[in-house]
Amino acid sequence: MTGAKTAVETAAAVRSGDRSARSVVEEALAAISSREEELHACNEVMADSARARAGAIDAAVAHGEDPGPLAGVPIALKDNLCVQGELTTCSSKILEGWRPPYTATVVERLLAAGAIPIAKTNLDEFAMGSSTENSAFGPTRNPHDMTRVPGGSSGGSAAAVSAGYVPLALGSDTGGSIRQPAAFCGVVGVKPTYGRVSRYGLIAFASSLDQIGPFATTVDDAALLLETIWGPDQMDSTSIPSQPDPIGAGSDVSGLRIGIIEELTDLEGIAPEVRASVERAASGLEGSGAHIERVSIPSCAYGLSAYYLIAPAEASSNLARYDGVRYGLRVDGADVAEMNAKTRAAGFGAEVKRRIMLGTYALSAGYYDAYYGQAQKVRTLIIGDFAQAYERFDVLLSPTAPTEAFKIGAKTADPLAMYMSDICTIPTNLAGHAAMSVPFGTGAEGLPIGVQVLAPALGESVMFTVARAVEGLR
Amino acid sequence: MTTYETVIGLEVHVELATRTKLFCGCANEFGAEPNTHVCPVCLGLPGSLPVLNRTVVEFALLLGVALNFDVPPSSIFHRKNYFYPDMPKDFQVSQFDEPICVDGWIDVAGERIRIERAHMEEDTGKTTHMGGGGRIHDADYSLVDYNRAGIPLLEIVSRPDMGSAEQARGYVSELRAILATIGISDVKMEEGSMRVDANVSLRANSTDVLGTKVEIKNMNSLRSLGRAIDSEIERQSAMLDSEEVIIQETRHWDEVAGITHGMRSKEGSSDYRYFPEPDLVPVAPTDEMRKVARESVPELPAPKRERLISDWGIGSSDARVLVDDRALCAYAEAAVAAGGSGKDVTNWCTGEILGYLNEHGSTPEALILRPEGLAELVALLADDTLSRSLAKDVLEECLATPVMPREVVERRGLAQMNDEGELAALVDEVLGRNEDAIAQWKAGDEKARKKKRGFLMGELMKTSGSKGNPKVLNQLLDERLHD
Amino acid sequence: MSPRISPEQVRHVANLARLSITDSEASQLAEELGVILEHAEDVAALDLSDIEPTAHPIHLTNVLRDDAPRPSLDRDEVLAAAPATEDRRFRVPRIMGETQ
Ligand SMILES: [Zn+2]
Repeated sequence: MTGAKTAVETAAAVRSGDRSARSVVEEALAAISSREEELHACNEVMADSARARAGAIDAAVAHGEDPGPLAGVPIALKDNLCVQGELTTCSSKILEGWRPPYTATVVERLLAAGAIPIAKTNLDEFAMGSSTENSAFGPTRNPHDMTRVPGGSSGGSAAAVSAGYVPLALGSDTGGSIRQPAAFCGVVGVKPTYGRVSRYGLIAFASSLDQIGPFATTVDDAALLLETIWGPDQMDSTSIPSQPDPIGAGSDVSGLRIGIIEELTDLEGIAPEVRASVERAASGLEGSGAHIERVSIPSCAYGLSAYYLIAPAEASSNLARYDGVRYGLRVDGADVAEMNAKTRAAGFGAEVKRRIMLGTYALSAGYYDAYYGQAQKVRTLIIGDFAQAYERFDVLLSPTAPTEAFKIGAKTADPLAMYMSDICTIPTNLAGHAAMSVPFGTGAEGLPIGVQVLAPALGESVMFTVARAVEGLR
Repeated sequence: MTTYETVIGLEVHVELATRTKLFCGCANEFGAEPNTHVCPVCLGLPGSLPVLNRTVVEFALLLGVALNFDVPPSSIFHRKNYFYPDMPKDFQVSQFDEPICVDGWIDVAGERIRIERAHMEEDTGKTTHMGGGGRIHDADYSLVDYNRAGIPLLEIVSRPDMGSAEQARGYVSELRAILATIGISDVKMEEGSMRVDANVSLRANSTDVLGTKVEIKNMNSLRSLGRAIDSEIERQSAMLDSEEVIIQETRHWDEVAGITHGMRSKEGSSDYRYFPEPDLVPVAPTDEMRKVARESVPELPAPKRERLISDWGIGSSDARVLVDDRALCAYAEAAVAAGGSGKDVTNWCTGEILGYLNEHGSTPEALILRPEGLAELVALLADDTLSRSLAKDVLEECLATPVMPREVVERRGLAQMNDEGELAALVDEVLGRNEDAIAQWKAGDEKARKKKRGFLMGELMKTSGSKGNPKVLNQLLDERLHD
Repeated sequence: MSPRISPEQVRHVANLARLSITDSEASQLAEELGVILEHAEDVAALDLSDIEPTAHPIHLTNVLRDDAPRPSLDRDEVLAAAPATEDRRFRVPRIMGETQ
């Protein structure tokens, strides 16, 4: 973890010819082999293709060409991102042996920028979970404490960056699946504005909430990665058509109005050290010239319930296609319906089944209005409340997660307790806004804590400014 | 015995004649090798996303104009969730309570048929049932081809405004003519690019309690639509007469047996769990899009028929034949534009030319005789240059080789003899050598007279080399005989 | 509305979702879903009759693609991913349900 170069430094060294991409890749592969057995952050290490790509980048540099802003930077990809010809599992048995015949837009952009995908990382099956324990291939461990979870669902990506395998990783965030593991693993994690990053090639969990985003060790690295992957994509109808403005390198918060969200900070179940970290970050920012106030966003209280109706409903439909007909697992049956049902029973894990059942129920005749319809209205309330808050504030602050990383197995028997660990991150997904987690402080057990910086839709620039300022307070 | 009133509503699925599918760039092409027009999107591969085809929206707006629909400010797609192996995502992207077109109508044989809605949706793949005689439930297994999956459809749902099989056929026939005119579909029922499902219910006369609705499917021609509805009316009447309960179900039309079969249904299979498709955004037709649609709709069949009837003086059944065949109608209109009389052009087009096209499996566009040629032929007939029988001769040659009718007439010296002096001399000559026949005509009864007159007329035509104007010859002959 | 959900309802929902479940799974799911739905009662109980639902966080309209062909996938590659194929098609066991 120490002494590792940032992505910015590595790319500069490779572009200038000071370092070879081959040596960068070999170093990453060595880091992976030294700790992977105990951590299990990766589902697949793509050593051969990474070495080949590194060779091509070195050749390009030798020919005086610029391989791009991420030249030679190894990157880990959450294993729900499609890469042509590479095993892509979503950590599920149901996708057994499946190799996509196409590549996700974000990965295409990484390749065009000279980055080197080196591993597919572990996740909670189909991104459903908050601990990376719901993986068909076994849990990932927290690099800071082997007895603890790395958070989830993008726990493999968070752990890979935290353990120093790679300076950068991509995850996906539906209700906090980037920010919460970033907080647990002590790294930076960003959920961009909905529609800012193309979802084409991201295996869907809940389509109206999913968004791909970066993990990095520094705010600058996260910005570099985000600027590489974002922007309009004709393959995604929900992609925002305007070209994003550059994030910028600022860290000056003087005059910024920053609100601390009461409902997410003063909540019962927020560990005192977590609350203290948010308050310490706020007073630090105040010391740098920001105006700090507490703000109430009342409908945040309903975020968790609304989320656990909307996300499973969309998931129940998105995951219908895993039926044993066109790809992946098949368990035989006497007729096609039996084959479908047996395949899905054998291929999906318990949490995925639970959410498919919950979502199917919430959409079914007689219950739609009370559950799904009602949750969509709560979404309207949350958007309205945030809009009011952003009339008065440039960004908002809250904890990223209620606690530091918990023990492996601590919450697996109690789905609701597990769901509670997303309580601070969910409202941003429901509103479609941007938010990121910056490591700040440690908990009672000495594990990292994350402070969440929230911004309105398309507010990435000011969000990164504040995140950089928080980073500078450490 | 009770009499019943029949209530019919029709759901018509039309495959759109776009170049690509509804949500991806795969070719929309009938009859390709199985599973060659598939991509991550239309195969529903994990991670793929749909993007709506602009032409489909344009076609829906054309339909909106042609069928007198309202097009609301915004419409959205929903997911219709159910498992079926011909659906790659195990949901169908369709429209539910906010379709693109609402509240339309067309007039069919003087009756207004209201149309509830038209909406955009994706087609399913094609399953082939193996073993068990190819029937779905008896098959050992099935094979799936996804080329058709994702082909754009418009589903047009009528109100239950039709009261007979005849009227239902009239509605579909008119709809088909309109769709062909606006050019958004091939509308071939036989190839499945137009598929009609009928909802049929009966109610005892003098009550206004609606009967139980039965849906019938699998009719692949107008004729089988009519037969299937009649058969269903008969089945339901017999059941009501014997006080049996009609159950709401879907029935399959069996063309060979001439009856409908109930289809096994699985309990609980009809909870489709519709919800707004989160991967697509609303369609909100702009003023500009609406204006383009209004200005792009060509003359529709009903006003066109009326125009031809009044401008050309043709009958309504000829007008229907012409307007139903867009290419033939265009051909006829071009011939009229080139100077032919509407009525004569219509006669030739719906007679000899249509006969020739059917016999040779050809199309008006492929005819060697261009519309200007037909106009010339019609003019040669009108100015008595050609008799009708000579004109048929000339037409035959003009359909086989690239020559204009006047060239044929000149080369073969076919021009009709119209000069009265010449013809009078001809009559004198023929009568001069047939005095016996004249005597027999004079002595004969009416039957004998008719026979002899026919003989003399034949001699006259033969002697003129078939060129004598028969009208003039007839007149001259009569004058001489009655002298 | 009571959030209670019976094992029979669970089986019905499992049927809709094409998941085969054992009796003990049905009982366990009934309990787990009951707990989650009870938590969701805070939302179900709100009076939101005058609030419009939000299906989507961003407000785009008319995202349309030109009707221009793009290459399709290679058939052999597509079929190679399938559990069973025959005669250039995907093979499935017999279909007992209703066609749509
Ligand atoms: Zn396609």
